[in-house]
Amino acid sequence: MSAETIEKAIEKKPAEAFLSKRRKKLVTDPLVDENPITIQVLGICSALAVTTQLKPTLVMAISVIFVVAMSNFVISLMRNTIPARVRIIVQLAVVATLVTLVSEVLKAFAYDMYKELSVFVGLIITNCIVMGRLEAFALGNKPYDSVLDGLGSALGYSWIILTVAFFRELWGSGSVFGLPVFDTVSGLFGPDFKLATNGLMVSPVGAFIILGLIIWVQRTKTGYVEH
Amino acid sequence: MELFSLGIRSVFIDNMVFAYFLGMCSFLAVSKKVSTAIGLGAAVIFVLTVTVPVNWLLNEYVLKEGALSWAMADLASVDLSFLRFIMFIAIIAAMVQLVEMVVEKFAPALYGALGIFLPLIAVNCAILGGSLFMAQRDYTLAESAVYGFGSGTGFCLAIVALAAIREKLKYSDVPNGLKGLGITMLLTGLMGMAFMSFMGIDL
Repeated sequence: MSAETIEKAIEKKPAEAFLSKRRKKLVTDPLVDENPITIQVLGICSALAVTTQLKPTLVMAISVIFVVAMSNFVISLMRNTIPARVRIIVQLAVVATLVTLVSEVLKAFAYDMYKELSVFVGLIITNCIVMGRLEAFALGNKPYDSVLDGLGSALGYSWIILTVAFFRELWGSGSVFGLPVFDTVSGLFGPDFKLATNGLMVSPVGAFIILGLIIWVQRTKTGYVEH
Repeated sequence: MELFSLGIRSVFIDNMVFAYFLGMCSFLAVSKKVSTAIGLGAAVIFVLTVTVPVNWLLNEYVLKEGALSWAMADLASVDLSFLRFIMFIAIIAAMVQLVEMVVEKFAPALYGALGIFLPLIAVNCAILGGSLFMAQRDYTLAESAVYGFGSGTGFCLAIVALAAIREKLKYSDVPNGLKGLGITMLLTGLMGMAFMSFMGIDL
């Protein structure tokens, strides 16, 4: 084939839709079937510690979404120029820069939240989801697809930790997003009625058990069995 | 005596896994056999004991506010603490590489046993977490060395214990959806409960 015909063949190929079926799958797959936490067992490291309350969990989720999507984008842009031997260092440098950005923004605009999350913002660097997506996807795909893939994985991660946080805050502190649910409910039944909170839910043990149960429910629904 | 109690505290009470959820990924992934768990545990103890004091020196003499005043009086007002993440992770990656080369040269048997775990440790959150906690809690050099060793030992203890339980678990009839990760999370929760009994101890 001469060079001209190849050129024509490329020209004729229609541009892929902005949100084609394949691209939608990139975002929706990690939500349930390929969920990074419950199926792939990634990123449990720095997540569970912040889930005693919903508010810090939400901030953590947003930070992770930002870091995963942006680092996927940046690495994907550089994918043809990074030598394979030093790629881990390059990836760590990019991720660490983005995480520093997040932590500085939090320090400037939400100092209380920054204090509460303490070292766990920094630990996004070693969150396995970030490195996992860079290695498995961004190094071999175009920037826009990589952003979608990162968004999907981070959203899959987010809804799991938000669910864990919802139950831990409800049962451990009797509130949702700081609103005192237990006090309001028990107020309806007269002064002697009181819903008790479970201290175990606030401790790390609660997180492990809630996550274990969520995994059980989710895997029973999807029919995934680990051998 | 202070140092001793810090060591005990970082092994049992402030356990990396059960109190702070650090290093969960390798904790879950590498706890299927006791022998590999011991290998990873030993590597983590080793790397934490080395990197925490090294990062302490870096933090104290380069990164902290005014830390550079030993070099030039003009630099006393420089605060480089925003570079903490990137510097710590660079030191950790470099130290892991160095440790790998030293072990390969002088203890080939140990190198063979640790295998893939050594390079993987660079992205283990327990290692970075150790350094970040050290910076946040303002430890001294001796304290940070003890803390590094203690928290590494705590991680090693936890992963070996979990691996021992999981080896026995093979013979039990676990519901399908709970197999693997699910039952391991519940187990970790129960172990965490056991570790909570150390919390009352005042050292």
